[in-house]
Amino acid sequence: MARTVSTQSRIGWTIVAWAAALLIFFPILYTVITSLKTEPEAIAGFSLIPSFTFENYVEVQTQRDYFRPFMNSVIIAVGSTLLGIIIAVPAAWSMAFSPTRRTKDVLMWMLSTKMMPAAAVLVPIYLIFRDFGLLDSRLGLTFMLMLINLPIVVWMLYTYFREIPGEILEAARMDGASLWGEIWHVLTPMAVPGIASTMLLNIILAWNEAFWTIRLTTTNAAPLTAFIASFSSPQGLFWAKLSAASTLAIAPILIMGWFSQRQLVRGLTFGAVK
Amino acid sequence: MGQITLKNVTKSFGGTTVIPNINLEIEDGEFVVFVGPSGCGKSTLLRLIAGLEDMSGGTILIDGRDVTREAPAKRKLAMVFQSYALYPHMTVAKNIAFPLKMAGESPEAIEKKVAEAARVLNLTDYLERRPGQLSGGQRQRVAIGRAIVRQPTAFLFDEPLSNLDAALRGTMRLEISELHNQLKTTMIYVTHDQIEAMTMADKIVVLNAGNIEQVGSPLDLYRAPQNLFVAGFIGSPRMNLIEGALAAKQGAKTIGIRPEHLAVSTTSGEWQAKVGVAEHLGSDTLLHVHSDAVGPLTVRAGGEIGVNHGDTIWLTPDVSKLHRFGPDGKALK
Repeated sequence: MARTVSTQSRIGWTIVAWAAALLIFFPILYTVITSLKTEPEAIAGFSLIPSFTFENYVEVQTQRDYFRPFMNSVIIAVGSTLLGIIIAVPAAWSMAFSPTRRTKDVLMWMLSTKMMPAAAVLVPIYLIFRDFGLLDSRLGLTFMLMLINLPIVVWMLYTYFREIPGEILEAARMDGASLWGEIWHVLTPMAVPGIASTMLLNIILAWNEAFWTIRLTTTNAAPLTAFIASFSSPQGLFWAKLSAASTLAIAPILIMGWFSQRQLVRGLTFGAVK
Repeated sequence: MGQITLKNVTKSFGGTTVIPNINLEIEDGEFVVFVGPSGCGKSTLLRLIAGLEDMSGGTILIDGRDVTREAPAKRKLAMVFQSYALYPHMTVAKNIAFPLKMAGESPEAIEKKVAEAARVLNLTDYLERRPGQLSGGQRQRVAIGRAIVRQPTAFLFDEPLSNLDAALRGTMRLEISELHNQLKTTMIYVTHDQIEAMTMADKIVVLNAGNIEQVGSPLDLYRAPQNLFVAGFIGSPRMNLIEGALAAKQGAKTIGIRPEHLAVSTTSGEWQAKVGVAEHLGSDTLLHVHSDAVGPLTVRAGGEIGVNHGDTIWLTPDVSKLHRFGPDGKALK
């Protein structure tokens, strides 16, 4: 029998839900509002009413080049995602369809590397990048972001692949498909929703990554995260311009996330219910 | 040609031996059914023949060629899975064409062979549909079509009808039997349903705990089971197995009598029994009775008998149809 909920209770919970959503969204909302204020307005104090000026956006574009860091973010996020998928698909296939006694241990070990504080390996990584000429390079950063997100990509693909009936791959084997034939003709097309949502999540993680992108770049390869950080100067923080730069930095990923939210939610909850 | 020979085939998973040692000859063109209870190793044995599992020991020969180390595709076998295992993202035509594409055949040859297989299996109108848009029986036919186009040395069926309803199972059973008559290719069929085994097989292999209990034609197994396991497994309802003084009188540890070999009378007979449950099927009557002299028995009487729960009846066994088994469970001559 369906649970009956009173109208009062329903109204109450709706208000709570909206309040929670507003609370979570508020920092982004206030950033956008601040970006539309003048600098004096921005440092004057808390205010929800801006003067709706676009001077900050103009200045961010004209005085500081927004386009180059934007392109760097796109190349690094997309590049690291594609590279990660190429490596992760065979790894996840092996774990899902040819597991050994050690498979779960290997997976846990991979995920455990995400628990390590990045600062602990900052010096050795920096030195390696320096010695291999990878500092301030798109290639180096692409490779770095691919590596740090690889455990999550492998783990997500592993859970998707486990949902695919093994018999279908065995049927492909009986039909004469080689190992790569199985992956290309059967596994990948069937796992497209899972692969797509994994790629979306990886793009978001790579786009927002701020620790390594700031420390391993200076000018050439600096993505939007480094671009925003550069707005702090010895004279102080330019709140309004910083807000405009932040808005420009998060806008692409917000828009992409908005249009792909169904895929993302499906991807993150896939397999939870049979 | 589709002769398959298994020599000293063994299979272990880690420390557990599921198939201790199997030797078996399957002749070209035979319809062989592996039957047995769940967990007896019949699917494992089929997968060893297919090459989907590696053997722990022994050899498999196909037409005299040792295929023990060969990949599944190289053995020229085709398999129909219990869950059909169709490619959900491909149309029926592409599903059937897939093995031909993997074999590198030309698009013209593929189109011709797919059309022919579709015609044989009444799938011509469904070629552009996806598996998700088909009924269970249609999906099963697509799985069979995908197997047929390969023109394999032998077909392997792994409980292909167990996901279908009873009516459809009956229809598909006939279709598979007709297919065998038409193609005359060796078929190895795994099932736990002994009705499928009895009606479809040229030869039945009864398996129990990884061992072959008996190999023979359906009627051989029915009329002359070699041990207690086969006697109790083949035949529905089960053979009545009786121990004690009555068995000793016949010089055996256990005697067996099939339900249809007990004559029923409401007036007189050898054993008096009380009816527990009467199942009126119309064509037959199944009586589950209890006799003080013998214990619980199942009786099959032809036609409709008007007895019900609590009634007293008399049973007389047909002594010529009595089976005798020794202390080791093996049949006595």
